[in-house]
Amino acid sequence: MTESSARGFFRDRFGLDDRSLEGALGTALERRVDHADLFFEYASQSSVVLEEGIVKSGDRHLEQGVGVRVQVGERTGYAHSDELNVESLQLAARTARAISADSAAGGNARAAVTTGGRDLYPVARPPTDTPVEDMIGLVEAVDAYVRSRDPRVHEVMASCVAQHRQILVMASDGTLAEDVRPLVRLNVQVIASDGARREVGYQGCGGRSDFETLLDPATWQPIADEAARIAIQNLGAEPCPAGSMTVVLGPGWPGILLHEAIGHGLEGDFNRKGTSAFSGRLGERVAAPGVTVVDDGTLPGRRGSLNVDDEGTPTQRTVLIEDGILRGYLQDRQNARLMGMAPTGNGRRESYAHLPMPRMTNTFMLAGEDDPEDILRSVDRGIYAVHFGGGQVDITSGKFVFSASEAYRIENGRIGAPLKGATLIGNGPDVLTRVSRIGSDLALDRGVGTCGKDGQSVPVGVGLPTIRVEELTVGGTEG
Amino acid sequence: MSQRERRRGRNQGMSELFDAAAIALEAAREAGADAADAVGVASDSIETRVRGEEIDFVKQARQRTLGVRALVRGPEGVRQAIASTADFAEAAVRAVAAEAATLARATAQDPAAGLPEAGFADPDALPDLALLDPADRGTGVEDRVEAARRAERAARAVDPRITNSEGSQASSGFSRVVYANSAGFAAGYESASHALFSEPLASGEGGMQRDYWMSVGRRLAELEAPERIGARAAERALRRLGAKPVPTCEVPVIFDPLTAASLWRQVAGLVNGYSVYRGTSFLAGKLGETVASQAVHLVDDPLRPGGLGSRPFDGEGLPSRRTVLIEKGRLESYLLDTYSARKLGLASNAHATRSAGSAPGAGATNLFLEPGQGSLEDLIADTPRGLLVTELIGMGFNPVTGDYSRGAAGIWIENGALTHPVEEVTIAANFADMLQGIDAVADDLLWLSSVASPSLRVARMTVAGEA
Repeated sequence: MTESSARGFFRDRFGLDDRSLEGALGTALERRVDHADLFFEYASQSSVVLEEGIVKSGDRHLEQGVGVRVQVGERTGYAHSDELNVESLQLAARTARAISADSAAGGNARAAVTTGGRDLYPVARPPTDTPVEDMIGLVEAVDAYVRSRDPRVHEVMASCVAQHRQILVMASDGTLAEDVRPLVRLNVQVIASDGARREVGYQGCGGRSDFETLLDPATWQPIADEAARIAIQNLGAEPCPAGSMTVVLGPGWPGILLHEAIGHGLEGDFNRKGTSAFSGRLGERVAAPGVTVVDDGTLPGRRGSLNVDDEGTPTQRTVLIEDGILRGYLQDRQNARLMGMAPTGNGRRESYAHLPMPRMTNTFMLAGEDDPEDILRSVDRGIYAVHFGGGQVDITSGKFVFSASEAYRIENGRIGAPLKGATLIGNGPDVLTRVSRIGSDLALDRGVGTCGKDGQSVPVGVGLPTIRVEELTVGGTEG
Repeated sequence: MSQRERRRGRNQGMSELFDAAAIALEAAREAGADAADAVGVASDSIETRVRGEEIDFVKQARQRTLGVRALVRGPEGVRQAIASTADFAEAAVRAVAAEAATLARATAQDPAAGLPEAGFADPDALPDLALLDPADRGTGVEDRVEAARRAERAARAVDPRITNSEGSQASSGFSRVVYANSAGFAAGYESASHALFSEPLASGEGGMQRDYWMSVGRRLAELEAPERIGARAAERALRRLGAKPVPTCEVPVIFDPLTAASLWRQVAGLVNGYSVYRGTSFLAGKLGETVASQAVHLVDDPLRPGGLGSRPFDGEGLPSRRTVLIEKGRLESYLLDTYSARKLGLASNAHATRSAGSAPGAGATNLFLEPGQGSLEDLIADTPRGLLVTELIGMGFNPVTGDYSRGAAGIWIENGALTHPVEEVTIAANFADMLQGIDAVADDLLWLSSVASPSLRVARMTVAGEA
């Protein structure tokens, strides 16, 4: 067994050696339990924000803590503390085990395995070690660049964030896993004005990489250009039509459709409880032939990727829908155990202060064979939506929405006037059955997605090739 | 009276925050800051969920954070930066303060930045806002599990079509906040928040539907009985069974108190001083103009006893006060902290929000629409054809242009009566027109969060559904 960095970090900094960890795990295990684990976290984050041409403030945060979890059947006991020492660890362990009434036949704590063996996001220097002058230089360069592009640029807000998170998981089944997770992000918001109207455009990028990647103009210039282009173009946007119509979704970020319509409904917790519109439907057709959707946490450097999930399970590529047939769920350990399935490396949590749940990583549809240009040409009348804001889903009824922030009219196979933003609404279990064309141009988003569930936010990715969907309800204002 | 004397009589949890804040201010000055402020927050919470007859989870937590803002004066303005930590050891607090001072030297000089000049609250005469009942400190996991269990049983007992649930959840949290600055202000307060929430599922024609009901308060005794919460949640889920889209049309839309509150949350963003000076709100520059119908009186009141957003002083130490935002449709005030007020040439109205890890911002406290007359039933009876909206999903709102388009579920109204449940539709309009189009406000003001509203009707919106 090799000495690992996160493990050594927690031992050296907080005096949490293997013996004290096993002691706490032993306390948690004094009653009869199915699973117990300890989750340690130490995270730092730096960010700067520019507005009105200047960086008015910078900030830096340190977060640390431990969460102790005990599970018996469907029950979970959880306690966490931001004090990383042996006493608080023991107290948390005693609190968490209170859900189990029975005495144990004997503990089985034993830390012997180091999981991992790969690094999907190696960095020479943690992003939080980036000199603040470099972060300020980046947003100032973005500001100057955007303002020089077009006189209609009225205001620019640019921000960047660098994060570095170390985690360590020790579980009653022998799991001992660690991960060191860099995360960087750049956001650009442009307000354009032509005197009469004012419009906004957003774009951003990021991922699990060093900060130097963001400093490269080849990375940030296209983002800045996009934010400005969307804002300026929206100055001429027309009201969006209302009603059911053919919608062509562009590649990349419109993959948020899959996240809302399919992904959440396939999370193991909802399916174990039978509260999802997809419950009990494995093996059934839920999408048109040719539609294959996967969740893949192993893509190098992606925002949604993880070496191991927050329960220490290595991430993997999970096929959710294969050629239109529902094949799999996204699982954490508890729901996998209760459903008699294997964990899929999707047990994630916002921080030590939160319980793990099944969550997506990077969710996307595989490419088809259609030429994207042909797909657009095939539509007589409809909408072409290429950029989206957020979305939401009602897991139980299956109804989902996602809101377009850049869209165009399609008339006689040609892209027409830009349209004002509108929300699209559909039914998750059948929207993909109406996918009639799948492009060859699969793209992943630029690394800005954040998913919220039960009050917890985690970074995710999405992806999509150009697709044509029949009969999606578009929530515009024009009848 | 010195700060130290003032702290006498505080419990240990409060003095830990006062001490850490004092060390942080001193360390920031030693590290070269010309001024500084510090925010300490500590909380203890219990949260549990019961699903069916089983406990789903029990969670207990204790968290603390200290944030320090260092301000460094230059010839053209003030530079600032923030640093925060969960480590309250003296060395860690000193390190974080020094880090804020170092970071501040790298940022730009801003003539509008800095502490308020004067007018701080009197720490010895803070109003008692009834934010905590000491007797509730005795509540424990068993009590909360029992409350959740009673709500869950009540929900499942309403009707055989209530077949499942996402569970019933009970929580109790106690927090302490301290704010101190280098101008000599230091004060703190304690508060509590208790909630009970139930989310059952109904099965029937057309599949499954979920809905929820909840009760939230500063004191446990204020909460609705668990049985009522469970039963009401179940009734709400049952009434959604058989929901379907309606044909695309333009009709009056009635918002119930919960969905109507979401409109005022959006207004809070639109009148936020930061959105105003940045020009990211279509209400920017509209002070004194008519921006809504005569029926709209919108008030923010941080001094509401027991209010979920109540506080004796704001995030910069200024005494809280009631502010009328919109009176008879006329925009009277923005929500302002010191910085956004200076940017706009106005005075702060003590609406600074603050968390340990961020610079002051502006925001609402207890925001509500003054009730009108008549009930929701009267409003429905007065609507020949339209949609009653009971749930909104998605984030389809552009504050710069006012374009509004969200997913909706509710009940269709025909000839002044509720007919069938509706889902998979969107409602859309320009938000400026929606505010002007509010033609009726009912009397059923309901506080389930710090933003509250009675039911109201918007005269005309596009409902998009079937072709």
